[in-house]
Amino acid sequence: MSISERPLAGARSGEDLRSQHTHVAQSASKRAVGIHIDGLRKRYGSGDTAVDALKHVDMTVAPGEVVGLIGPSGSGKSTLLKCLGAVIEPSAGRMTLGGETIYDEGWKIRDLRALRRDRIGFVFQAPYLIPFLDVLDNVALLPMLAGRPNAEARQRALELLEALDVAHRSRAMPSQLSGGEQQRVAIARALVSRPPVILADEPTAPLDSERALGVIRILNRMAREFDTAIIVVTHDEKIIPTFRRIYHIRDGRTHEEAGEGRSIE
Amino acid sequence: MISLAGRDILHGWGKFVFTGLGLGLLIGVTLTMAGVYRGMVDDAKVLLDNSGADLWVVQQDTLGPYAESSSVHDDVWRSIAAMEGVARTANITYLTMQVRLTGPGARDVRAMVVGVTPDGPGHPGQPVHLVAGRHLTRSHYEAVADVATGFALGDTIRVRRNEYTVVGLARRMVSSGGDPMVFIPLKDAQEAQFLKDNDAIVRQRARTAQNPALNRPGVPGLLDAVIASQSTNPYVNAVLVQLAPGYTPERVAEPIRRWQRLTVYTRAQMEEILIAKLIATSARQIAMFLVILAIVSAAIVAFIIYTLTLGKIREIAVLKLIGTRNRTIAAMILQQALGLGLIGFVVGKIAATFWAPAFPKYVLLETGDTVRALVAVVVICVLASVLAIRAALRVDPAEAIGG
Repeated sequence: MSISERPLAGARSGEDLRSQHTHVAQSASKRAVGIHIDGLRKRYGSGDTAVDALKHVDMTVAPGEVVGLIGPSGSGKSTLLKCLGAVIEPSAGRMTLGGETIYDEGWKIRDLRALRRDRIGFVFQAPYLIPFLDVLDNVALLPMLAGRPNAEARQRALELLEALDVAHRSRAMPSQLSGGEQQRVAIARALVSRPPVILADEPTAPLDSERALGVIRILNRMAREFDTAIIVVTHDEKIIPTFRRIYHIRDGRTHEEAGEGRSIE
Repeated sequence: MISLAGRDILHGWGKFVFTGLGLGLLIGVTLTMAGVYRGMVDDAKVLLDNSGADLWVVQQDTLGPYAESSSVHDDVWRSIAAMEGVARTANITYLTMQVRLTGPGARDVRAMVVGVTPDGPGHPGQPVHLVAGRHLTRSHYEAVADVATGFALGDTIRVRRNEYTVVGLARRMVSSGGDPMVFIPLKDAQEAQFLKDNDAIVRQRARTAQNPALNRPGVPGLLDAVIASQSTNPYVNAVLVQLAPGYTPERVAEPIRRWQRLTVYTRAQMEEILIAKLIATSARQIAMFLVILAIVSAAIVAFIIYTLTLGKIREIAVLKLIGTRNRTIAAMILQQALGLGLIGFVVGKIAATFWAPAFPKYVLLETGDTVRALVAVVVICVLASVLAIRAALRVDPAEAIGG
């Protein structure tokens, strides 16, 4: 179901909401698990020079949940993100995204590009918006590239921008936006193909406290509304207390712990 | 489908337009170089067309009168005129020299002086396309000049020691080298070719008189006859022949070669001599320039597109990470290269059209050359974008994630 078929927060009738709840229930059954990683390993090189960047990673993120992933530099955060993003191939283990096993001692999906396009959304430390496209087309680009009609893709993008309160800047160029607005547009871009998983790499690093919490608030709302499992890699002390669950990664191993889950609504 | 290349060009239009302007001037120079060559070929054809001849009769075993010097006795035309298939004949001389405009504004003009019998229009060798004045009617001291000389009706010009009044102006009467023509009466032209200064004539007479073989007692008048023959020129460079209706050039040429012991060229042979021999070196020179300009253009396009692509590496990494196909990214770079090339082509075509008339020699911008240049620009842009496309396709999507 496309976003244009599915109303967003702030613009719904009662019937729409009932419809959405029905959809979420159906979707949840399909996506029993947003992200599930079991014994993931990643080794760079071979022989004496081999480096185990990931030694044993277990992780589960439910649909609609936002979890934090924290750890010191060199702990394996980026490697884990690259494995989850289907950018590099793990060396061993099992990885399931949106209920579908994509890696089990080898890629199960041959077209990784399509996997990234359809099932994984990315939010980066810097927004990395395409500087020569306006806000609307930055968000609409992905469905356009997937072959959706331009009008439909733009309509879907506009609805997301409205949900993220940046629709009034839809015709602005990225360079005309503030840092917070750019990051919201980047989130909209990550959500536009309605992926079951979003990987956010230090999304609040360049923002002040208020804007950083605003971004986390949006990610939480979007996770609930779109039934998306979100992993936020961060060092940002401002936002760490907002997570209900946190994965610590150290020396290539993950350890789960409960977070403070501080309210930010 | 959204055009990433188009959006990028619109976003940074100033950069593209100014780069395209620079490239366009280079393409304009390339088009002009091709036009210079076409102009040379056209000048050669115009020279033949304007001569009004079907056959050129020249000294035996020479490529005259345009590619080599040729000397034919000036009474040969009579016997040629009597041959079957010949409608009209005319003696002609060609001499490239500095012609001086006398009086106020005196200056030298490089011109081809053509000696013709004042027979009027329609006869071989006569100036055609008169734009002002009249044809030569007198046997001495009148001239018809091409407008490219800058002469005006009534101007007085000096050829060697004689002065001529310009009585007519012609257009597109040029030599194969592009020099404008000045037509003067044949007798004057023959004299001008071999006329010596007075001191030289005096010394020549003295030498002849001291030669006992030419100054023998008992043979009165011998010395005077010899001296008289030394100061006249009974030669022309060629005899131009017009054919009678119903005769082919080769049918008429063959008897002239056989019975007159002279070399005869048809129009096709003369064109071959002018284009394949006379301007061949210049053509190769221009071809070298064209090749170098094409390589320079390709290098510039490649450098610009490569630099523009390197400036977008992060965006390309993001595009690849979010699932953009390689061919979409390659198409974006290719379209930008083609866009740049097309901007350059349009600028170059406009520039060449505007500056071509300002060139001293005829520059002929042919539509065929323009189409070929467009195809070359497209090919060059495609080749030039290969480097940038390779760089873009090598970008690792992981670069967008960092770490």
